[in-house]
Amino acid sequence: MAISKAEVVKVAHLARLAIPEDRLEGYTHTISDILDLVAQMNAVNTDDVLPLLNPLDATQLLRADEVTESNQRELYQSVAPRVEDGLYLVPKVIE
Amino acid sequence: MTVATQGDLSTLTSKELHQLIVNKDISVMELVEVFLNRINQYDPQLNAYITVVQDKARAQAIDVDNKIRSGELNHPLAGVPYALKDLFCTKGILTSCGSKMLSNFISPYDATVYDKLNQAGAVLLGKVNMDEFAMGSSNENSFYGAVANPWDLSRIPGGSSGGSAAAVAAGLAAYSLGSDTGGSVRQPASYCGISSIKPTYGRISRYGMTAYASSLDQCGPMARSAEDMALILQTVSGFDVRDSTSANVPVPDYSATLNEPLAGLRIGIPKEFFADGLDADVAKVINEAVEEFKRLGATVKEVSLPNSHLSVAAYYVIAPAEASANLSRFDGVRFGHSCDAPTNLQDLYERSRWEGFGDEVKRRIVIGTYALSSGYYDAYYLKAQKIRRLIKNDFVAAFNDVDVLMGPVTPTTAFKIGEKSDDPIAMYLGDIYTLPISLAGVPAVSIPVGFSDNLPVGLQIIGDYFNEAKLLNVAHQYQQVTDWHRQSPSQFTGA
Repeated sequence: MAISKAEVVKVAHLARLAIPEDRLEGYTHTISDILDLVAQMNAVNTDDVLPLLNPLDATQLLRADEVTESNQRELYQSVAPRVEDGLYLVPKVIE
Repeated sequence: MTVATQGDLSTLTSKELHQLIVNKDISVMELVEVFLNRINQYDPQLNAYITVVQDKARAQAIDVDNKIRSGELNHPLAGVPYALKDLFCTKGILTSCGSKMLSNFISPYDATVYDKLNQAGAVLLGKVNMDEFAMGSSNENSFYGAVANPWDLSRIPGGSSGGSAAAVAAGLAAYSLGSDTGGSVRQPASYCGISSIKPTYGRISRYGMTAYASSLDQCGPMARSAEDMALILQTVSGFDVRDSTSANVPVPDYSATLNEPLAGLRIGIPKEFFADGLDADVAKVINEAVEEFKRLGATVKEVSLPNSHLSVAAYYVIAPAEASANLSRFDGVRFGHSCDAPTNLQDLYERSRWEGFGDEVKRRIVIGTYALSSGYYDAYYLKAQKIRRLIKNDFVAAFNDVDVLMGPVTPTTAFKIGEKSDDPIAMYLGDIYTLPISLAGVPAVSIPVGFSDNLPVGLQIIGDYFNEAKLLNVAHQYQQVTDWHRQSPSQFTGA
């Protein structure tokens, strides 16, 4: 196996996914198979190759630091699961 | 209505439908009713639509009829009814991305492409089905269920823009906008016997197109002809300050060059696209299409894309890595699915995400997170980006010698629903001919060129960066001497 169950649990936690115990075996198996497929890349020497980050080799577009949008808090909060007085509600973080 | 039957209307191109409107043979309202009736009648067999916007479509039809009558609107797509893949944001309309995560998400704003089509007077019929967050090759990974292929209801329509392809093929929309990250407009278009184009990376604004893998994603028109694709691409292309990856490159007049003769066209045939794994009947249909181009005056030579076999490996690192970053925005707090009674903040994140995403999306998030995690970045993400450079260089070298490349879109025709759903690796390997193009960022069209066992076969024509005009010209010339693009599944062509 290219990846262990413990590693899958760790990575799932990093990705904030609560993977249930009964699904762990299946996920580990499939992810291992995918990593085996991906390992084909190792057959190629890429020491002198520059990574391609953008297919056009373009860099991030910049613009003047000016306000271009108006505040639309109510509109954007209209699709939020829990809001009160213009604030997003989450479970208590500090005891 | 002086035109023959509703069934006939459903097989016409967008250009022909617009001409009927201009000639006053039919009003926009009548045309919209025809399509709404057809959706009502046929979509239960296909499941192509997630949302049909009857009321909005009728209101828009009245408005467009008035504006055409007053001369205010004369855009070539004015009045033509279409569908959007359900990842384009449409204000006030559900934008689900085929996911439980967004099954309650009414977009608060419009995608740039939708805005442009609205200004052109195009009439939105609804939002169509897709693999969840555009991850999949069969449209089986949708919270809203699988979509059937109109040519054989037991088969998949392809993915991830499967709803778009099925809707256009069955005459439930004149055209559709899909998105293509690794083949997601070309492959379903091929399986459903319609035309599609994945433009150069950056050609069309992605503002309001939900992100999957940001260094690959591109919007792609899906239609009944190359001529229609030229009109649609013309309408939606161009630089957009709201998309920092959109290319500031002039948009040529795509329709103006459609009729250029193909005499002297240099076609390259990548030998790697005809190696083991390509179905013999599909190869035969592709070879016949290439012969047709020779008759049109083109010359053909074999070329090599020696690193293309590494595309699947590189893609299934790069795309999941970028997806894991893009999908981190779904936190159960600001929008989307939120779990019941979270015990603490971590429980809110972890359960909302586990419940909201489907299995394929979660697999890719885990793979991507792993590939980007401390100690693995160089071995996976950086390595894949270096392989990507090699793949791009192959295309750059090939275009020194030839004008376009031609080959199959997929190794086989459409497979059965359920056939590969438990085997993600087998599903991934089917993307072998579309992924190199996506990784290089070059444009490609997929057009129907025949059948194998009564299932459509698509030809992929690949061009150099920003040379969409050449691809559309080549596809259009082929469609002037053949009628594969005018074939429709008989089950859906009745009144």
